[in-house]
Amino acid sequence: MKLKDINSKVDPKFFKEHQRSIYKSLEDKHTTVEDIDSEDPLNAKMVLNMGPQHPATHGVLRLILQLRGELIEKAKIDIGYLHRGVEKIAENKTYQEFMPYTDRMDYLSPYSNNVALCMAVEKLAEVEVPERAQYIRMICMELARISSHLLWLGTMVMDAGAISFFIWTFREREKIYDIFDEVAGHRFTVSHSRIGGVANDFTDDAVARIKEFIETFPQELKDWHGLLDRNRIFIDRNKDVGIVRTEDALDIGATGPVLRAAGYGVDQRILTPYLKYDEIDFEVPTRMEGDNLARYFVRMEEMAESIKIINQCFDKMPKGPIRANNAKHAYPSKDEVYYSMEGMIHDFMMTDTGICPPAGKEVYHAVESPKGELGYFIQSDGTGHPWRLKINAPSFRNLQVLENILDGEMVADTVVIIGGIDPVLGEADK
Amino acid sequence: MSLELNDTLQGVVDGLSSEYSEDLIEVYQSCDHTYIRVEAKNIVDICSYLKKKHHFIFLSDVIGTDRYTSDERFEIIYNMMNLRTRDRLFIKIRVEEENPKADSVTSVWKSASWMEREIYDMFGIRFEGHPDLRRIFMPEDFEYFPLRKEFPLLGIPGSIELPNTTPDTE
Repeated sequence: MKLKDINSKVDPKFFKEHQRSIYKSLEDKHTTVEDIDSEDPLNAKMVLNMGPQHPATHGVLRLILQLRGELIEKAKIDIGYLHRGVEKIAENKTYQEFMPYTDRMDYLSPYSNNVALCMAVEKLAEVEVPERAQYIRMICMELARISSHLLWLGTMVMDAGAISFFIWTFREREKIYDIFDEVAGHRFTVSHSRIGGVANDFTDDAVARIKEFIETFPQELKDWHGLLDRNRIFIDRNKDVGIVRTEDALDIGATGPVLRAAGYGVDQRILTPYLKYDEIDFEVPTRMEGDNLARYFVRMEEMAESIKIINQCFDKMPKGPIRANNAKHAYPSKDEVYYSMEGMIHDFMMTDTGICPPAGKEVYHAVESPKGELGYFIQSDGTGHPWRLKINAPSFRNLQVLENILDGEMVADTVVIIGGIDPVLGEADK
Repeated sequence: MSLELNDTLQGVVDGLSSEYSEDLIEVYQSCDHTYIRVEAKNIVDICSYLKKKHHFIFLSDVIGTDRYTSDERFEIIYNMMNLRTRDRLFIKIRVEEENPKADSVTSVWKSASWMEREIYDMFGIRFEGHPDLRRIFMPEDFEYFPLRKEFPLLGIPGSIELPNTTPDTE
């Protein structure tokens, strides 16, 4: 018997009105009258706030998603939860004093940030950097790239559902931290680069450790390729997800691996070669698909290229000084500081006033950090402090891409897409 | 100072001086890069001309600066790149202190959106024609523009209401 409209099915013999009202009341029990939104009759719309405290947002990223069922209709991104005003701080610090702050920008590859700032200042003040220091910088920048991509790989695969992978990539990352500990004296925020060179030369132990790492790492990379490249679950999660179309990629401001996965071989190491990258033979991996899987392949191949670059750097690295031998441009060596009066005065002057580039000059220098084009724009007013220092942060640009590509995706893919874009909020929020 | 321009940049300077002769103010170089200062009122036309005719399809950054002068206090610098010839070009405009505003170039490069929001947030320059001009780092209820030179380094106490640090007490 159909329960609806009971009254038409029964025929009461006595107390007819009373019976009818009882049946009517039974029929109405647990039914409520609702206003139906004509645009959304099934009531499937909802607004979901994700973050800023969410483990899969890789920092303090907040997404506001408007959902229709499981589909993201529109998305907006709210950043700024980690805004520390480093550009304002830079205007009140000498150039060298500001360098440790850059470690805290992209904290997954501090070395690239150090070098980017130092190179911009060197270009502004026309400081010559010795060749050996340039090779040391290149080796460490490529190690930082591997380290950053390892974190991306571990967390992205974890976002896609495989937990143990994270531990394997972190085992390799730990080795890089040990190398940085030996090279710079710090594991995480290295602050190793100085204006005019680097703080100290590689020790024999450091060279041995780096060589051991580049010896063993390709095998690990091969194992990971073997595990993921044809893994059904991994491919189903990542293929055709979060597509940055080639025709849009430049317009919406993609940079780094996100842009290269969409078909543009834009890499500052090739476009505007700095350090000694023009003497090194390496390739820029690109893919055409623009989806998350393409970004995976681009980053994996970049790690292999980095190993190639480090190998060539060791072959070409000459012996010699590691810092410019000009007391007006760079810190004197500690031997000079401790044993000569002039050395001590110069050390004091470098710390107090620092390097003073000519007034009215402007410089922009970009390096290819693991996340993309990282540029420093500096305006000098002739004093030891920059008049204006602007950081062109790749994560900031890539988050803008994220806001554009989330529309039309499934809500379950959000974390995978964020993982594939690989933003660092310390850098995006400045 | 003499200029050393390569073919692309020479083409840009020649093109601008014939097409937009009254807007072009100065061309100079600093640290290997070429800077062109133009009048603010035609910036959208100039940018779309550079994008279409000279292939500057990649907007790398938009930079705001506070010159701290009595006239034309703020400067906006568009950092763009030609990926074919690998040339970088900087276009500058200047904006008055009183009610600072400029035309938005989001119609030329979509990626300018967040960069202009950042300049609005930090310097208070309003971009006309911007689709979604909100503050990006600071909250909307913040009244000051922190990268202006008169804003103190330590901030202004009480300028923003902070959440209670001991939530369970009255």
